[in-house]
Amino acid sequence: MPRLIPCLDVADGRVVKGVRFQGLRDAGDPVERAVRYAEGGADELCLLDVSATIEGRGAQRATVAAVRAEIGIPLLVGGGVRTLDDARALLDAGADKVAVNTAAIARPALVAELAETLGAQCAIVAIDAARRDPEDPAAGFEVVTHGGRTRTGIDAVRWAAECAGLGAGEILATSWDRDGTGEGYDLQLVTELSRASALPVIASGGAKREDDMARALGAGASAVLAATIFHDGERSVADVKRTLRALGIDVRVPALATPSETRTQPPAEAPIQP
Amino acid sequence: MIVRIVETGLANVASVRAALRRAGVTAASARCAEDVEQSDAVVVPGVGSFDSGARALIDARLAGALRERVDAGRPTLGICLGMQLFAERSDESTGRGEPGLGVLPVPVRRLRAERLPHFGWSEVASPADASVLRPGAAYFAHSYALTDVARLEEAGFRVAVATEGETFAAAVERDGFVACQFHPELSGAYGASLIERWLDAARASFEAAEVMPW
Repeated sequence: MPRLIPCLDVADGRVVKGVRFQGLRDAGDPVERAVRYAEGGADELCLLDVSATIEGRGAQRATVAAVRAEIGIPLLVGGGVRTLDDARALLDAGADKVAVNTAAIARPALVAELAETLGAQCAIVAIDAARRDPEDPAAGFEVVTHGGRTRTGIDAVRWAAECAGLGAGEILATSWDRDGTGEGYDLQLVTELSRASALPVIASGGAKREDDMARALGAGASAVLAATIFHDGERSVADVKRTLRALGIDVRVPALATPSETRTQPPAEAPIQP
Repeated sequence: MIVRIVETGLANVASVRAALRRAGVTAASARCAEDVEQSDAVVVPGVGSFDSGARALIDARLAGALRERVDAGRPTLGICLGMQLFAERSDESTGRGEPGLGVLPVPVRRLRAERLPHFGWSEVASPADASVLRPGAAYFAHSYALTDVARLEEAGFRVAVATEGETFAAAVERDGFVACQFHPELSGAYGASLIERWLDAARASFEAAEVMPW
């Protein structure tokens, strides 16, 4: 089933949101939001640490632990993961999946080390990609780092394929051109990265409406990530899932029954005995 | 009732521990055979590769104690790789590879799916006579699975199935032994209720043992 992944950008223990990775503003308590998203039917939750300081990294682990204590869905954590020990510390705090970005570009062997030591779910590669020429689709995408300030010149599609060869578990593909703009996912980026390997691709950056999500899933994404649309409380995760279903997308509708209720009920589907 | 999580230093146990805590249980760690023998309920979590997981169980001398628990029908819950380790062997192994515990008389196969790993939620269909397993959507994170469902059923296991590219055993159950390819600790309300049912069954057998006069 396609996944809907709400994302919380976190700095120093608070949720923040910016446009094109810049201009951060405070948007609340991560635990309170995480619980609300999980209850609404989020299939996974992404916590992205965007703080620039060492102190912020310590706060990230505390945030992961606090969120983990409360929610029983997968937790994908990224931001500032430089070493195997960083990834391990996040796992110990309660992350289930760990994403690497800049450190993997600097040293691709890190992806293989993470996959071999901690498993493919800890070798999620986040790729921030920008169009080389916004006027020319054929110019392709290059990997950007440091909040988009550094253009690496590396071809994003080739990098995704290389990561697959290194044992990566998934590609988190964020469009730098679309991030925070609400102009919809960059479908060309989604298509090209999905074709680059057999790894699942999470589309990220630019989601405004449910039909943006439906298009990204149609373009080959296994999951869609969104932050902004949930932040102002305008629409809930449950609202978005209902609309996606109405659009014909087979997303999970979470069981609403409490554990004590399900125990007294017979199985929903008894097989017919011949 | 003593609940322990097998910790060999490889698997990530934070999510399992948190899920048990939400179910009202503070779990200790099982690091040696005595811990496994002297627990009323044991969880075998698992993340990582089959060979490293199997090797870790052998090195910690846990393999025999785990096999005995399951053969005796004592409450034991395997999760993801923690399920696969109860099988005979795995396609994931390199070279000669490590043997599994052999409780589940089938090999672990690489899934024939379009995209791997299979990260995400799939519908689980469970047999009507299962006591812990139920139908519903569960969260999976794996590339390998036990695909010989018929052989598992012949061996006396109740088998719940899911499909990703092909049909595979999403979970098995026999007496107090439950093994899930999915992650109940990450499967929201569906997983939480499964963990509660398993704990309830474990508590019932613990209390039954308590009142026995001998």
